[in-house]
Amino acid sequence: MTHWITVFCFCALLISGIEIVISHPRFYWGEVGNVGTSPLFTIPIPSSRGTVPTGYGFVMPDQNGWSRYLHFQTAWALVLTGLVYGLAGLWTGHFWKDLVPERGDRKWRAYWGRTAQYLRRTPPEAREANSYNVLQRTAYLGVIFVLFPLVIWTGLASSPAFDSAVPAAVNLLGGRQSARTLHFFVSGALVLFLLVHVAMVALSGFRNRMRGMISGRLVVPEAAVPEEERS
Amino acid sequence: MTKAISRRKLITKGLAAAAGVSGLAATGLAMRRHGLIPPDHCGVYGPGETLTYAAQRLLTRHSLAREFPRSMISKRPFANEVAPPSDAFKRLQVNRFADWRLAVDGMVARPLSVSLSDLRALPFRSQITEVACEEGWSYIAEWIGTPLVEVLNEAGLLPQARYLVYFSIESNWWESIDLADALHPQTLLTWGMNDGDLPVPFGGPLRLRVPRQLGYKSVKYIVRLTAADSLKGFGKGLGSASPEAGYAWYAGI
Repeated sequence: MTHWITVFCFCALLISGIEIVISHPRFYWGEVGNVGTSPLFTIPIPSSRGTVPTGYGFVMPDQNGWSRYLHFQTAWALVLTGLVYGLAGLWTGHFWKDLVPERGDRKWRAYWGRTAQYLRRTPPEAREANSYNVLQRTAYLGVIFVLFPLVIWTGLASSPAFDSAVPAAVNLLGGRQSARTLHFFVSGALVLFLLVHVAMVALSGFRNRMRGMISGRLVVPEAAVPEEERS
Repeated sequence: MTKAISRRKLITKGLAAAAGVSGLAATGLAMRRHGLIPPDHCGVYGPGETLTYAAQRLLTRHSLAREFPRSMISKRPFANEVAPPSDAFKRLQVNRFADWRLAVDGMVARPLSVSLSDLRALPFRSQITEVACEEGWSYIAEWIGTPLVEVLNEAGLLPQARYLVYFSIESNWWESIDLADALHPQTLLTWGMNDGDLPVPFGGPLRLRVPRQLGYKSVKYIVRLTAADSLKGFGKGLGSASPEAGYAWYAGI
Protein backbone atom coordinates (compact mmCIF):
# COMPACT_ATOMS: atom_id res chain seq x y z
CA MET A 1 0.00 0.00 0.00
CA THR A 2 2.71 2.51 1.01
CA HIS A 3 4.58 1.45 -2.15
CA TRP A 4 1.78 2.53 -4.47
CA ILE A 5 1.16 5.82 -2.65
CA THR A 6 4.90 6.43 -3.01
CA VAL A 7 4.74 5.67 -6.75
CA PHE A 8 1.87 8.12 -7.18
CA CYS A 9 3.56 10.87 -5.13
CA PHE A 10 6.92 10.34 -6.81
CA CYS A 11 5.40 10.76 -10.28
CA ALA A 12 3.59 13.94 -9.18
CA LEU A 13 6.79 15.28 -7.60
CA LEU A 14 8.78 14.46 -10.71
CA ILE A 15 6.39 16.17 -13.12
CA SER A 16 5.96 19.27 -10.93
CA GLY A 17 9.71 19.33 -10.25
CA ILE A 18 10.46 19.35 -13.98
CA GLU A 19 7.96 22.19 -14.46
CA ILE A 20 9.74 24.20 -11.74
CA VAL A 21 13.16 23.55 -13.31
CA ILE A 22 11.81 24.83 -16.65
CA SER A 23 11.31 28.27 -15.07
CA HIS A 24 15.08 28.46 -14.45
CA PRO A 25 17.02 25.62 -16.12
CA ARG A 26 20.38 26.87 -14.76
CA PHE A 27 22.18 25.41 -11.74
CA TYR A 28 24.74 27.04 -9.47
CA TRP A 29 26.98 26.22 -6.55
CA GLY A 30 27.23 28.20 -3.30
CA GLU A 31 24.77 30.62 -1.73
CA VAL A 32 23.58 32.75 -4.64
CA GLY A 33 23.08 32.37 -8.38
CA ASN A 34 21.08 34.18 -11.05
CA VAL A 35 21.28 35.07 -14.73
CA GLY A 36 24.03 37.59 -13.87
CA THR A 37 26.34 34.93 -12.39
CA SER A 38 27.99 32.02 -14.18
CA PRO A 39 26.19 28.72 -13.79
CA LEU A 40 27.67 25.36 -12.79
CA PHE A 41 25.75 23.87 -15.71
CA THR A 42 22.70 24.65 -17.83
CA ILE A 43 20.07 22.27 -19.14
CA PRO A 44 19.62 23.01 -22.85
CA ILE A 45 15.84 23.38 -22.81
CA PRO A 46 13.60 26.41 -23.35
CA SER A 47 12.46 28.26 -20.24
CA SER A 48 9.08 29.52 -19.03
CA ARG A 49 10.67 32.91 -18.21
CA GLY A 50 11.75 35.49 -20.75
CA THR A 51 14.54 36.69 -18.44
CA VAL A 52 16.51 33.43 -18.78
CA PRO A 53 18.86 33.35 -21.79
CA THR A 54 18.33 29.90 -23.35
CA GLY A 55 19.13 30.45 -27.00
CA TYR A 56 15.56 29.52 -27.93
CA GLY A 57 13.47 32.21 -29.50
CA PHE A 58 10.35 31.47 -27.48
CA VAL A 59 9.13 31.30 -23.89
CA MET A 60 7.21 28.31 -22.50
CA PRO A 61 3.91 28.86 -20.66
CA ASP A 62 4.25 29.45 -16.92
CA GLN A 63 3.19 26.31 -15.01
CA ASN A 64 4.86 27.10 -11.69
CA GLY A 65 1.76 27.99 -9.66
CA TRP A 66 0.03 24.59 -9.66
CA SER A 67 3.37 22.80 -9.90
CA ARG A 68 4.50 24.31 -6.61
CA TYR A 69 1.17 23.60 -4.90
CA LEU A 70 1.29 19.98 -6.18
CA HIS A 71 4.99 19.55 -5.34
CA PHE A 72 4.55 20.51 -1.68
CA GLN A 73 1.26 18.67 -1.20
CA THR A 74 2.66 15.40 -2.58
CA ALA A 75 5.87 15.96 -0.61
CA TRP A 76 3.75 16.00 2.55
CA ALA A 77 1.90 12.86 1.45
CA LEU A 78 5.19 11.12 0.66
CA VAL A 79 6.82 12.10 3.97
CA LEU A 80 3.79 10.96 5.98
CA THR A 81 3.64 7.70 3.99
CA GLY A 82 7.37 7.26 4.55
CA LEU A 83 6.86 7.69 8.30
CA VAL A 84 4.17 5.00 8.34
CA TYR A 85 6.39 2.70 6.25
CA GLY A 86 9.45 3.38 8.42
CA LEU A 87 7.63 2.76 11.69
CA ALA A 88 5.93 -0.37 10.32
CA GLY A 89 9.28 -1.59 8.98
CA LEU A 90 10.90 -1.21 12.39
CA TRP A 91 7.90 -2.75 14.15
CA THR A 92 7.71 -5.86 11.96
CA GLY A 93 11.46 -6.24 11.56
CA HIS A 94 11.09 -5.91 7.76
CA PHE A 95 14.33 -3.93 7.46
CA TRP A 96 16.43 -6.45 9.41
CA LYS A 97 14.77 -9.54 7.96
CA ASP A 98 14.42 -8.60 4.30
CA LEU A 99 16.67 -5.61 3.53
CA VAL A 100 19.90 -5.75 5.52
CA PRO A 101 22.22 -8.04 3.50
CA GLU A 102 22.47 -11.54 4.92
CA ARG A 103 25.47 -12.23 7.15
CA GLY A 104 27.33 -14.26 4.55
CA ASP A 105 26.76 -11.60 1.88
CA ARG A 106 28.39 -8.65 3.67
CA LYS A 107 31.60 -8.73 1.65
CA TRP A 108 32.72 -7.39 -1.73
CA ARG A 109 32.90 -10.91 -3.20
CA ALA A 110 29.18 -11.39 -2.74
CA TYR A 111 28.53 -8.10 -4.60
CA TRP A 112 30.88 -9.07 -7.48
CA GLY A 113 29.43 -12.56 -7.67
CA ARG A 114 25.90 -11.25 -7.89
CA THR A 115 26.84 -8.60 -10.44
CA ALA A 116 28.45 -11.31 -12.59
CA GLN A 117 25.30 -13.42 -12.34
CA TYR A 118 23.23 -10.47 -13.54
CA LEU A 119 25.61 -9.86 -16.44
CA ARG A 120 25.60 -13.54 -17.46
CA ARG A 121 21.84 -13.54 -17.01
CA THR A 122 21.99 -16.69 -14.89
CA PRO A 123 18.43 -17.63 -13.92
CA PRO A 124 17.84 -17.03 -10.19
CA GLU A 125 17.71 -19.92 -7.76
CA ALA A 126 14.32 -20.89 -6.38
CA ARG A 127 14.89 -19.45 -2.91
CA GLU A 128 15.56 -16.06 -4.51
CA ALA A 129 12.10 -15.83 -5.96
CA ASN A 130 10.77 -14.92 -2.54
CA SER A 131 13.69 -12.97 -1.10
CA TYR A 132 15.94 -10.10 -2.16
CA ASN A 133 19.56 -10.68 -3.11
CA VAL A 134 22.45 -8.60 -1.83
CA LEU A 135 22.38 -6.05 -4.68
CA GLN A 136 18.64 -5.55 -4.35
CA ARG A 137 18.92 -5.19 -0.57
CA THR A 138 21.69 -2.62 -0.84
CA ALA A 139 19.84 -0.63 -3.50
CA TYR A 140 16.61 -0.59 -1.50
CA LEU A 141 18.41 0.43 1.72
CA GLY A 142 20.21 3.19 -0.17
CA VAL A 143 16.94 4.53 -1.58
CA ILE A 144 15.09 4.35 1.73
CA PHE A 145 17.79 5.55 4.12
CA VAL A 146 20.06 7.71 1.94
CA LEU A 147 18.33 9.12 -1.16
CA PHE A 148 14.89 9.85 0.33
CA PRO A 149 16.30 11.54 3.48
CA LEU A 150 18.68 13.56 1.27
CA VAL A 151 15.97 14.68 -1.14
CA ILE A 152 13.81 15.79 1.83
CA TRP A 153 16.72 17.61 3.46
CA THR A 154 17.80 19.45 0.29
CA GLY A 155 14.16 20.32 -0.39
CA LEU A 156 13.59 21.71 3.09
CA ALA A 157 16.85 23.67 2.81
CA SER A 158 15.27 25.54 -0.13
CA SER A 159 12.59 26.99 2.15
CA PRO A 160 13.60 30.45 3.42
CA ALA A 161 11.30 30.17 6.45
CA PHE A 162 12.61 26.71 7.41
CA ASP A 163 16.17 28.03 7.04
CA SER A 164 15.39 30.91 9.41
CA ALA A 165 14.49 28.33 12.08
CA VAL A 166 17.24 25.81 11.24
CA PRO A 167 20.04 27.70 9.42
CA ALA A 168 22.35 24.67 9.62
CA ALA A 169 20.04 22.83 7.20
CA VAL A 170 21.21 25.00 4.32
CA ASN A 171 24.63 26.11 5.62
CA LEU A 172 25.85 22.50 5.93
CA LEU A 173 25.05 21.95 2.25
CA GLY A 174 27.17 24.93 1.23
CA GLY A 175 24.37 27.43 0.56
CA ARG A 176 20.99 27.84 -1.02
CA GLN A 177 22.05 27.20 -4.63
CA SER A 178 24.12 24.14 -3.62
CA ALA A 179 21.01 22.75 -1.90
CA ARG A 180 18.98 23.29 -5.09
CA THR A 181 21.65 21.62 -7.27
CA LEU A 182 21.94 18.66 -4.86
CA HIS A 183 18.14 18.34 -4.81
CA PHE A 184 18.28 18.03 -8.60
CA PHE A 185 21.01 15.34 -8.55
CA VAL A 186 19.42 13.28 -5.77
CA SER A 187 16.13 13.39 -7.67
CA GLY A 188 18.07 12.22 -10.73
CA ALA A 189 19.48 9.30 -8.73
CA LEU A 190 15.95 8.37 -7.63
CA VAL A 191 14.76 8.45 -11.25
CA LEU A 192 17.70 6.22 -12.23
CA PHE A 193 16.71 3.75 -9.50
CA LEU A 194 13.11 3.85 -10.72
CA LEU A 195 14.17 3.04 -14.30
CA VAL A 196 16.37 0.08 -13.26
CA HIS A 197 13.72 -1.11 -10.79
CA VAL A 198 10.97 -1.13 -13.41
CA ALA A 199 13.28 -2.75 -15.97
CA MET A 200 14.13 -5.55 -13.51
CA VAL A 201 10.48 -6.15 -12.68
CA ALA A 202 9.74 -6.33 -16.39
CA LEU A 203 12.60 -8.78 -17.04
CA SER A 204 11.51 -11.09 -14.22
CA GLY A 205 7.98 -11.38 -15.62
CA PHE A 206 5.92 -8.24 -15.36
CA ARG A 207 2.47 -9.77 -14.81
CA ASN A 208 3.64 -12.31 -12.25
CA ARG A 209 5.59 -9.73 -10.25
CA MET A 210 2.75 -7.22 -10.36
CA ARG A 211 0.33 -9.85 -9.09
CA GLY A 212 2.85 -10.66 -6.35
CA MET A 213 3.28 -7.03 -5.38
CA ILE A 214 -0.42 -6.34 -5.21
CA SER A 215 -1.77 -9.59 -3.74
CA GLY A 216 1.32 -11.21 -2.25
CA ARG A 217 0.76 -14.35 -4.39
CA LEU A 218 3.72 -15.20 -6.58
CA VAL A 219 3.91 -18.03 -9.07
CA VAL A 220 7.36 -19.64 -8.88
CA PRO A 221 8.27 -21.27 -12.20
CA GLU A 222 8.26 -25.10 -11.97
CA ALA A 223 11.73 -25.47 -13.44
CA ALA A 224 13.23 -23.35 -10.69
CA VAL A 225 11.80 -25.48 -7.88
CA PRO A 226 14.19 -28.28 -6.85
CA GLU A 227 13.03 -31.87 -7.61
CA GLU A 228 12.53 -33.02 -3.99
CA GLU A 229 10.23 -30.09 -3.23
CA ARG A 230 7.84 -30.95 -6.06
CA SER A 231 5.04 -33.22 -5.07
CA MET B 1 -27.17 -14.41 3.38
CA THR B 2 -26.77 -10.88 4.61
CA LYS B 3 -25.24 -10.19 7.95
CA ALA B 4 -27.43 -8.11 10.22
CA ILE B 5 -25.58 -5.24 11.85
CA SER B 6 -25.87 -5.64 15.59
CA ARG B 7 -27.15 -2.73 17.63
CA ARG B 8 -23.95 -2.61 19.66
CA LYS B 9 -21.83 -2.44 16.53
CA LEU B 10 -24.00 0.31 15.12
CA ILE B 11 -23.70 2.36 18.30
CA THR B 12 -19.92 1.92 18.64
CA LYS B 13 -19.32 2.65 14.96
CA GLY B 14 -21.60 5.69 15.15
CA LEU B 15 -19.85 6.99 18.22
CA ALA B 16 -16.44 6.48 16.64
CA ALA B 17 -17.51 8.34 13.51
CA ALA B 18 -18.99 11.18 15.57
CA ALA B 19 -15.79 11.38 17.63
CA GLY B 20 -13.71 11.48 14.44
CA VAL B 21 -15.79 14.24 12.85
CA SER B 22 -15.92 16.33 16.01
CA GLY B 23 -12.19 15.76 16.56
CA LEU B 24 -11.47 17.10 13.07
CA ALA B 25 -13.83 20.03 13.63
CA ALA B 26 -12.19 20.81 16.99
CA THR B 27 -8.73 20.66 15.39
CA GLY B 28 -9.94 23.01 12.66
CA LEU B 29 -11.35 25.46 15.20
CA ALA B 30 -8.19 25.37 17.33
CA MET B 31 -6.05 25.92 14.23
CA ARG B 32 -8.24 28.84 13.18
CA ARG B 33 -8.00 30.42 16.63
CA HIS B 34 -4.21 30.15 16.58
CA GLY B 35 -4.02 31.51 13.04
CA LEU B 36 -2.74 28.34 11.38
CA ILE B 37 -5.12 28.24 8.41
CA PRO B 38 -4.03 30.12 5.26
CA PRO B 39 -6.63 32.08 3.25
CA ASP B 40 -6.13 29.78 0.23
CA HIS B 41 -6.99 26.62 2.22
CA CYS B 42 -9.85 25.63 -0.09
CA GLY B 43 -9.48 23.51 -3.21
CA VAL B 44 -7.44 20.41 -4.06
CA TYR B 45 -4.17 21.85 -2.79
CA GLY B 46 -5.68 23.16 0.46
CA PRO B 47 -4.48 20.29 2.70
CA GLY B 48 -0.83 20.59 1.64
CA GLU B 49 -0.90 24.38 1.89
CA THR B 50 -2.48 24.25 5.37
CA LEU B 51 0.08 21.67 6.57
CA THR B 52 2.97 23.78 5.28
CA TYR B 53 1.68 27.05 6.72
CA ALA B 54 0.72 25.55 10.10
CA ALA B 55 4.00 23.63 10.46
CA GLN B 56 6.13 26.62 9.49
CA ARG B 57 4.17 29.02 11.70
CA LEU B 58 4.68 26.74 14.71
CA LEU B 59 8.38 26.42 13.86
CA THR B 60 9.21 29.95 12.71
CA ARG B 61 7.09 32.50 14.56
CA HIS B 62 10.13 34.37 15.93
CA SER B 63 13.05 32.95 13.93
CA LEU B 64 15.29 35.37 12.04
CA ALA B 65 16.17 35.10 8.35
CA ARG B 66 19.85 34.41 7.78
CA GLU B 67 22.01 37.54 7.53
CA PHE B 68 25.30 37.53 5.63
CA PRO B 69 28.66 39.29 5.89
CA ARG B 70 29.22 42.35 3.71
CA SER B 71 31.69 40.38 1.57
CA MET B 72 28.82 38.17 0.33
CA ILE B 73 26.75 41.02 -1.17
CA SER B 74 26.11 40.11 -4.83
CA LYS B 75 28.18 42.19 -7.25
CA ARG B 76 25.48 41.86 -9.89
CA PRO B 77 22.07 41.58 -8.22
CA PHE B 78 19.23 40.67 -10.57
CA ALA B 79 16.17 42.92 -10.71
CA ASN B 80 13.32 40.77 -11.97
CA GLU B 81 11.37 42.30 -14.83
CA VAL B 82 8.31 44.39 -14.03
CA ALA B 83 5.55 45.72 -16.26
CA PRO B 84 6.20 49.21 -17.73
CA PRO B 85 5.48 51.87 -15.08
CA SER B 86 2.05 53.47 -14.98
CA ASP B 87 1.48 57.20 -15.61
CA ALA B 88 0.85 57.70 -11.87
CA PHE B 89 4.32 56.28 -11.13
CA LYS B 90 5.99 58.33 -13.86
CA ARG B 91 4.41 61.56 -12.58
CA LEU B 92 5.87 60.95 -9.10
CA GLN B 93 9.23 59.93 -10.58
CA VAL B 94 9.61 63.37 -12.26
CA ASN B 95 9.76 64.94 -8.80
CA ARG B 96 12.18 62.26 -7.58
CA PHE B 97 9.34 60.85 -5.44
CA ALA B 98 9.15 63.93 -3.17
CA ASP B 99 5.34 63.63 -3.29
CA TRP B 100 5.23 59.84 -2.73
CA ARG B 101 2.75 59.06 0.08
CA LEU B 102 2.23 55.91 2.06
CA ALA B 103 -1.29 55.53 3.47
CA VAL B 104 -1.87 53.37 6.57
CA ASP B 105 -5.52 52.53 7.20
CA GLY B 106 -7.93 49.78 8.24
CA MET B 107 -7.82 48.50 11.80
CA VAL B 108 -5.55 51.16 13.23
CA ALA B 109 -6.30 53.80 15.88
CA ARG B 110 -4.73 56.66 13.87
CA PRO B 111 -4.81 56.32 10.08
CA LEU B 112 -1.69 57.89 8.57
CA SER B 113 -0.44 59.34 5.33
CA VAL B 114 3.33 59.70 5.43
CA SER B 115 5.99 60.88 2.99
CA LEU B 116 9.29 59.12 2.37
CA SER B 117 11.11 61.68 4.53
CA ASP B 118 8.61 61.07 7.36
CA LEU B 119 9.46 57.36 7.04
CA ARG B 120 13.18 58.00 7.11
CA ALA B 121 12.76 60.01 10.34
CA LEU B 122 11.59 56.88 12.14
CA PRO B 123 14.12 54.39 13.59
CA PHE B 124 15.60 52.38 10.73
CA ARG B 125 17.48 49.15 10.31
CA SER B 126 19.87 47.74 7.76
CA GLN B 127 20.31 44.06 7.05
CA ILE B 128 22.14 41.89 4.52
CA THR B 129 19.68 39.21 3.43
CA GLU B 130 19.02 37.02 0.41
CA VAL B 131 16.21 37.47 -2.10
CA ALA B 132 15.10 34.02 -3.23
CA CYS B 133 12.75 33.76 -6.19
CA GLU B 134 10.30 30.89 -6.54
CA GLU B 135 11.92 30.20 -9.95
CA GLY B 136 15.15 29.19 -8.24
CA TRP B 137 17.59 32.10 -8.53
CA SER B 138 18.76 34.35 -5.70
CA TYR B 139 21.02 37.25 -4.72
CA ILE B 140 22.22 38.95 -1.55
CA ALA B 141 21.95 42.68 -0.92
CA GLU B 142 22.00 45.11 1.95
CA TRP B 143 18.51 46.46 2.57
CA ILE B 144 17.95 49.66 4.55
CA GLY B 145 14.50 50.67 5.73
CA THR B 146 11.99 51.37 8.43
CA PRO B 147 10.77 48.24 10.21
CA LEU B 148 7.07 47.80 9.40
CA VAL B 149 6.41 47.39 13.13
CA GLU B 150 7.56 51.01 13.73
CA VAL B 151 4.95 52.34 11.31
CA LEU B 152 2.26 50.08 12.77
CA ASN B 153 3.12 51.33 16.26
CA GLU B 154 2.78 54.93 15.03
CA ALA B 155 -0.64 54.14 13.63
CA GLY B 156 -1.71 52.09 16.68
CA LEU B 157 -2.60 48.63 15.43
CA LEU B 158 -5.95 47.55 16.94
CA PRO B 159 -5.97 44.25 18.89
CA GLN B 160 -8.43 42.59 16.52
CA ALA B 161 -6.12 43.06 13.50
CA ARG B 162 -4.65 39.76 12.25
CA TYR B 163 -3.32 40.52 8.78
CA LEU B 164 -1.57 43.31 6.99
CA VAL B 165 -2.52 43.90 3.36
CA TYR B 166 -0.13 45.96 1.22
CA PHE B 167 -0.64 47.51 -2.19
CA SER B 168 1.66 48.63 -4.98
CA ILE B 169 0.94 51.79 -6.98
CA GLU B 170 0.72 49.44 -9.98
CA SER B 171 -2.74 47.96 -10.42
CA ASN B 172 -3.57 44.43 -9.28
CA TRP B 173 -0.28 44.05 -7.38
CA TRP B 174 -1.00 43.42 -3.74
CA GLU B 175 -0.12 40.90 -1.06
CA SER B 176 -0.83 40.25 2.59
CA ILE B 177 1.02 38.72 5.52
CA ASP B 178 -0.01 37.57 8.98
CA LEU B 179 1.08 39.46 12.08
CA ALA B 180 3.98 37.04 12.74
CA ASP B 181 5.60 38.44 9.60
CA ALA B 182 4.16 41.99 9.85
CA LEU B 183 5.57 42.55 13.37
CA HIS B 184 8.80 40.66 12.58
CA PRO B 185 11.90 42.84 13.15
CA GLN B 186 13.33 42.00 9.68
CA THR B 187 10.21 43.02 7.74
CA LEU B 188 11.28 46.38 6.35
CA LEU B 189 9.63 49.20 4.44
CA THR B 190 12.79 49.39 2.38
CA TRP B 191 14.02 52.67 0.84
CA GLY B 192 17.78 51.99 0.60
CA MET B 193 19.90 49.30 -0.96
CA ASN B 194 23.67 48.74 -0.77
CA ASP B 195 24.45 52.21 0.69
CA GLY B 196 22.29 54.13 -1.79
CA ASP B 197 18.62 54.88 -2.51
CA LEU B 198 16.60 51.84 -3.52
CA PRO B 199 16.77 51.80 -7.36
CA VAL B 200 13.47 51.69 -9.26
CA PRO B 201 14.11 48.23 -10.85
CA PHE B 202 14.52 46.81 -7.32
CA GLY B 203 11.31 48.41 -6.06
CA GLY B 204 12.31 52.01 -5.32
CA PRO B 205 11.25 54.28 -3.88
CA LEU B 206 9.52 51.91 -1.43
CA ARG B 207 9.39 48.12 -1.28
CA LEU B 208 8.17 45.89 1.54
CA ARG B 209 10.89 43.30 2.12
CA VAL B 210 9.67 40.09 3.80
CA PRO B 211 12.94 38.12 3.96
CA ARG B 212 11.50 34.91 5.43
CA GLN B 213 9.33 34.44 2.35
CA LEU B 214 10.08 34.14 -1.37
CA GLY B 215 10.65 37.21 -3.49
CA TYR B 216 7.12 37.56 -4.79
CA LYS B 217 5.89 38.55 -1.32
CA SER B 218 8.23 41.58 -1.41
CA VAL B 219 5.97 43.86 -3.43
CA LYS B 220 7.53 46.87 -5.17
CA TYR B 221 6.29 50.51 -5.17
CA ILE B 222 4.23 50.39 -1.95
CA VAL B 223 1.60 53.11 -1.47
CA ARG B 224 -0.90 51.64 0.99
CA LEU B 225 -0.99 49.40 4.07
CA THR B 226 -4.31 48.13 5.43
CA ALA B 227 -4.66 46.26 8.73
CA ALA B 228 -7.52 43.75 8.74
CA ASP B 229 -9.05 41.02 10.88
CA SER B 230 -9.94 38.91 7.83
CA LEU B 231 -8.86 38.70 4.20
CA LYS B 232 -12.33 37.86 2.89
CA GLY B 233 -13.08 41.40 1.73
CA PHE B 234 -9.96 41.78 -0.43
CA GLY B 235 -10.02 40.71 -4.07
CA LYS B 236 -11.41 37.20 -4.37
CA GLY B 237 -10.81 36.56 -0.66
CA LEU B 238 -7.78 34.32 -1.22
CA GLY B 239 -5.41 36.67 0.61
CA SER B 240 -3.55 38.31 -2.25
CA ALA B 241 -3.11 38.60 -5.99
CA SER B 242 -0.81 35.53 -6.01
CA PRO B 243 -3.44 32.83 -5.31
CA GLU B 244 -5.67 34.54 -7.88
CA ALA B 245 -2.84 33.92 -10.37
CA GLY B 246 -2.38 30.32 -9.18
CA TYR B 247 0.47 30.85 -6.70
CA ALA B 248 0.41 30.09 -2.97
CA TRP B 249 -0.46 32.90 -0.54
CA TYR B 250 2.15 31.70 1.95
CA ALA B 251 5.59 31.71 0.36
CA GLY B 252 7.84 30.67 3.22
CA ILE B 253 8.76 27.65 1.14
